[in-house]
Amino acid sequence: MAIDQQSATPEPAPGAASRRIVRGFSTGGGFVLTLFLTFLGLLAITFFIGRVIPIDPVLAVVGDRATQEQYDVAKIAMGLDQPLWMQFISYVGNVFTGDLGMSVSTGRPVIEDLSRFFPATFEMATLGILIGCAIGIPLGVTAAARQGSWLDQAIRVVGLLGYSVPAFWLGLVGLALFYARLRWVGGPGRLDIFYDGLVEPVTGMILIDSLLRGEIDIFWNAVSHIILPAAVLGFFSLAYIARMTRSFMLDQLSQEFVTTARVKGVPERVVIWRHAFNPIRVPLITVIGLSYAGLLEGSVMIETVFSWPGIGNYLTTALLNADMNAVLGATLVIGAVFIVINKISDVLYRVLDPRAR
Amino acid sequence: MSTRDWLLADSPTSRLQANVGRAYRVFTALMRNPLSVLGGAIILVLLLTAAFAPWIAPYSAVGQDLANRLMPPSAAHWMGTDELGRDIFSRVVWGSQITLTIVLLVALISAPLGLLIGAIAGYFGGWVDRILMGFTDIFLSLPKLILALAFVAALGPGINNAIIAIAITSWPAYARIARAETLTIRNAEYIQAVQLAGGGPIRLIVQHVLPLCTSSMIIRVTLDMAGVILTAAGLGFIGLGAQPPLPEWGAMISRGRTFILDQWWVATMPGFAIIIVSLGFCFLGDGLRDVLDPKSEGKN
Repeated sequence: MAIDQQSATPEPAPGAASRRIVRGFSTGGGFVLTLFLTFLGLLAITFFIGRVIPIDPVLAVVGDRATQEQYDVAKIAMGLDQPLWMQFISYVGNVFTGDLGMSVSTGRPVIEDLSRFFPATFEMATLGILIGCAIGIPLGVTAAARQGSWLDQAIRVVGLLGYSVPAFWLGLVGLALFYARLRWVGGPGRLDIFYDGLVEPVTGMILIDSLLRGEIDIFWNAVSHIILPAAVLGFFSLAYIARMTRSFMLDQLSQEFVTTARVKGVPERVVIWRHAFNPIRVPLITVIGLSYAGLLEGSVMIETVFSWPGIGNYLTTALLNADMNAVLGATLVIGAVFIVINKISDVLYRVLDPRAR
Repeated sequence: MSTRDWLLADSPTSRLQANVGRAYRVFTALMRNPLSVLGGAIILVLLLTAAFAPWIAPYSAVGQDLANRLMPPSAAHWMGTDELGRDIFSRVVWGSQITLTIVLLVALISAPLGLLIGAIAGYFGGWVDRILMGFTDIFLSLPKLILALAFVAALGPGINNAIIAIAITSWPAYARIARAETLTIRNAEYIQAVQLAGGGPIRLIVQHVLPLCTSSMIIRVTLDMAGVILTAAGLGFIGLGAQPPLPEWGAMISRGRTFILDQWWVATMPGFAIIIVSLGFCFLGDGLRDVLDPKSEGKN
């Protein structure tokens, strides 16, 4: 769920779409240009969603009980008396100066809300991808090394489950089992209530902040709360990473240099981890990058389930309150991070792999 | 001559025989792969369940029975009952109709749309191609679920808008495939023959290009169905998709969220339905790819 189906199937190479544009201009300036154009596309889409689709965006802001006077004031304040292209230009200008409008539900500027909520999402997604790599890569390598064995089949099923299990469902079941029944982990939220607000935010990431303050108790409490949502997120990246690692490894293991190494009598462990694994590190970076970007998306569902005060939770709360500025702001930020991670892993691939240069 | 010989004839005597024979070959190849048989069986069961829901479901999907609320799974209620005493098994059965509707409509909207855009871009090339594909690439580089959420937020909650939002976010992948296929057949001799015979671009694209894209399209659509089901369930879970009392699986999980700690079955049972159906589409899609697209065989 967390990972886009587009990258789930092997036929289009990871990031093929963006790589195609990037290849058009292979200079650094070209990279910035494509990045800029993609952002502009994202802005066009959010603008379209926010201003064009709603039959009356003013009504969406003032509510249907507003008087005609309030309505007119709001309309001019929102710049809706201007032609559409002028509105778009001023929208782009606002976004680039960091003005995403006010959130109706929190009463604060959206950009302020987002910067407050982002560290929680970042913390969870990062832990998730670490779990995904730490388990997914060895699983994929093992599956490829023992192709056709029952272990390979089991790993294949785990991989397919990654595309068929709803993330929010897995989160709920995890809560019921590991929190309510077994008491192994902390419940929803980032900390137990009596620890809440004791650590002053420095980075906004509780794991780091509590260590900076030397509050070991709070650190362990935070660990017990973050481990379950991060593991659920990690499962989805693990499924994808294992599947891709296996497919890359199979390619390598069928190469002649691997056969040569085996004939020479190189131990199997060395053949697998040095001869076969070393060349796939570069494409794996792209896969991990894509998967990381996917986790930011997947965290929307997970955060809702775990009452995790991150961007995803902010987005769903705003959705239910029809708080369009907040919805579009969060969409924009998640979309932008998604694009940037995609492009960076793409560029890294081209820098690290001499054949792609 | 037996039916089987007629189906597998090397030199079919009619177009019908050729088509049916090809379908038969695909079918037998699929039957050799146990996982795709399983996938096909799951989809078949889904279709039958949706078609015969009124006869399969022991209770109504919306009938309340407050005396029997939150009962654990038992012989009378195979999957237990929810907070209004409704039989969860019956609701899951009725819900299959909703899931099937969503999946079919999304496929019917997004696949032809992507097909057309991709075929036009590939056939005409040049600026048309660059603009259409630039647009496609931008859509492809954005997160699907977030985009669908934002679209539903603007359109308003509801199952129809959820279908539209999912379709809007899933056409670009099809456009890419259709374009790639079109590029490989654009310069084929039979295309030139049709052009010489005076066939215009519309006739060429619709009658001679699009039919050749169908097999790769079928593979892709089947593989994507799991993602569509998950997105639809996600929208339902957040409360933006199907609205209560509709027995949509995602919305049912969302209702059961409140009781997850004590009455686990309310949220858990519909989840199994989602997983099984999604897995079915994955298995079938994988099998179809191996059969219809020999290039990628053995990769996964």
